[in-house]
Amino acid sequence: MSRMTSLSTKHLLGIKDITLEDINLIFQTADNFKEVINRPIKKVPSLRDVTIANVFFENSTRTKLSFELAEKRLSADVINFSASSSSVKKGESLVDTVSNILAMKVDMVVMRHPNPGAHIHLARHVDCSIINAGDGAHEHPTQALLDAYSLRERVGDLKGLKILIVGDILHSRVALSNVFCLQKLGAEVRVCGPATLIPKHMESLGVKVMLNFEEALKWCDVVNMLRIQMERQDIQYFPTLREYTMQYGLSRELLYKVGKKDIVVMHPGPINRGVEITSDMADSEFSIILDQVENGVAIRMAVLYLLAGDASSN
Amino acid sequence: MDIRTLLDHTALSQTLDRLAYQIYERHLDFEDVALVSLQPRGVELGRRVHERLKKLSGEEMIHHGELDITFYRDDFRRRDGVLVPAKTNLDFSIEGKEIVLIDDVLFTGRTVRSGLDALLDFGRPANVELLVLIDRRYSRELPVQPDYTGRTVDVVKDERVQVEWSENDKNNRVTLFSEQND
Repeated sequence: MSRMTSLSTKHLLGIKDITLEDINLIFQTADNFKEVINRPIKKVPSLRDVTIANVFFENSTRTKLSFELAEKRLSADVINFSASSSSVKKGESLVDTVSNILAMKVDMVVMRHPNPGAHIHLARHVDCSIINAGDGAHEHPTQALLDAYSLRERVGDLKGLKILIVGDILHSRVALSNVFCLQKLGAEVRVCGPATLIPKHMESLGVKVMLNFEEALKWCDVVNMLRIQMERQDIQYFPTLREYTMQYGLSRELLYKVGKKDIVVMHPGPINRGVEITSDMADSEFSIILDQVENGVAIRMAVLYLLAGDASSN
Repeated sequence: MDIRTLLDHTALSQTLDRLAYQIYERHLDFEDVALVSLQPRGVELGRRVHERLKKLSGEEMIHHGELDITFYRDDFRRRDGVLVPAKTNLDFSIEGKEIVLIDDVLFTGRTVRSGLDALLDFGRPANVELLVLIDRRYSRELPVQPDYTGRTVDVVKDERVQVEWSENDKNNRVTLFSEQND
């Protein structure tokens, strides 16, 4: 008989709450799903008796697409719900909204919500597995998992690897989840960006802040370029976009200027070409951006499969 | 615990020879034949049958793949924890091929059912045969019968058949355990 296993958690709320063993189990399972999605028939029947609700209180294109594809490739039944077309507008509470969905015999909920911690609140009040697809500027666990997985695929073991996250750290859930995930895997993480876009608590997480991009670039093996979130620039965090690009934009010229011959370039998307990264760099031999997208489906299949499979938590 | 040997090393080796001969006899032309072993327990058996078949037929290129059926099992969500999947490795097209599906012990037939589903997701073979080393009679839960059988045994439900492959290939055996419950 094969080996039995399970995750240490019933939900995936954030990377902070899961163990290194969990991360490795997800990666190992994702390897198998990556093989599945490269078959002629890219589908397995594992979750055929599972119904999953994708509940999005905030806009998302690729995460929602990626989750939905992962669910369908596991043969789950999928229902989609978005806040713009719902009774949330009529004043219904989060717990009521989700309880109503669950009353229709839904087994798992994938949720994105603008409020940090919304998932933790929900997990205390409803009885089903919840997967966080992004909560405010808090966590985005599946993104961090697919980032680390793609990186591991390119460079091997992440132990001792120097990873730099650049840009709008303040509004980024990707940055925080990435920090937790990469540190658990033994990598060293630093952040870089305008001082106004770096939250004060970074140092307390063991993450060094660097304000000079050229210096930071010299230090790192891997650079993860975050998008400037135009929709969250409620106040003026930096003078102009052009100035931001001059100081924190990644280009081949800059790479050569600091004397870097080899680097891995990541981006969680969507890319603002010509702002945080030049078109040339985004499509270069250094980039693993499209691997990240492909691996996203495999990682999400692994998470759904592992959470759905444990009968004791159903 | 009571342990009984069903096949010792010599008997097992002769059985493998016979199984290879039987496949050889039925097929003769091996261009369109492929062996597919079920992960994890059919793989060691499949490798040995494959080696013998290559020697016997003089063909160097007989396809041999490994198929993992974890995602096709019918007991998902019905047990505590999940099974760790193994690798699927089918680097040839099964379209139009004559497939010999290989597993070590045929018990309830559920694994073979999953195996057929998994296999058919890779294409439409011309036909599929089943080879098992040990056929546990009277324990089937699904209508599955083997085409090639190493040894047929009659055992009760709480007895376990175990196939052991030693590292140097010098001490392989098949044993029968019965776990006494007091």
